[in-house]
Amino acid sequence: MLTPEREATVGCMQRLHETAVPARAPLDADSRAWVAELGLPPGRRDDAAARLHAHLLRVARFELGRRRGALPSLSRGELDDLAVQAADDALVAILRKLPTYRGASRFTTWAAKFAILEAAVKARRRVWHDRELTLEPEAWEHFGGAGSATRDLEQAEQLDAIRDGIRTALTPHQREILVAAALNEIPIDVLAERLGTTRGAIYKTLHDARRNLRAHLAKMEAA
Amino acid sequence: MSDRPIAERLLGPDGPELGCDECFEFLDRYVEAEVAGEPALHGCPRCVSPEACEQAGACLGMRAHLEGCPACAEEHASLTALLAGS
Repeated sequence: MLTPEREATVGCMQRLHETAVPARAPLDADSRAWVAELGLPPGRRDDAAARLHAHLLRVARFELGRRRGALPSLSRGELDDLAVQAADDALVAILRKLPTYRGASRFTTWAAKFAILEAAVKARRRVWHDRELTLEPEAWEHFGGAGSATRDLEQAEQLDAIRDGIRTALTPHQREILVAAALNEIPIDVLAERLGTTRGAIYKTLHDARRNLRAHLAKMEAA
Repeated sequence: MSDRPIAERLLGPDGPELGCDECFEFLDRYVEAEVAGEPALHGCPRCVSPEACEQAGACLGMRAHLEGCPACAEEHASLTALLAGS
């Protein structure tokens, strides 16, 4: 039985898929100016595109600055090249998606999320660039330090039940993705790139695996 | 490696959640609301019965996804930091 909280969220999710895209919100003056200038034909929008690129580059540098510790082998120049690539790719994505901008946030915020995404994905992929991606489908058999004296009984029982669920309630693909993403903490965009799929598809598999695992645990508790 | 307990990482959030594409679609308005100190109910703008979300002060589907997806959570944290500092 769903709790009221879960029931409302289910309704939320159903509505999300049933209802059309919301009407455009009133734009603030700054956002309106961005949309108008970037909506001009190529050649006449170049000045606005250059200003937007400068904004995206600042955001990409900000994002990569936050990740500097994970990229110690990159020189300052290489890090800045990555920021420029992220800003370039974000600009292309924004110009392509401009008609979908609904004005629900400031234009600069909407644009910034593209630069953050591009920079974050590039940084994660760079971190994993030279690392072999071992999916280790059997790693789940050993997690949790079986036999550790420090684990309490309840935790040990839960981990045993999860281990059993991974073995019996998941498909081989779900098991592979769950172990890689949740246990070995390989970023899902890295997994998506190596497996030739999308981040959304990887997360959907992870989500389904987790749902099957929770159902398995509930069945075990009820038995 | 994450500090989150293994069981938490493996089981993920309980309850329905948005996917990565939906999370990205709504991230900008969600973070603007959070930074402004307003209820971040913009994850599901098409929801007409968001009582639990209103009570929680955030879209529960979005919140669950950010708990379950480290990549989206990182990007949420970055956009929040960017807006909070600007």
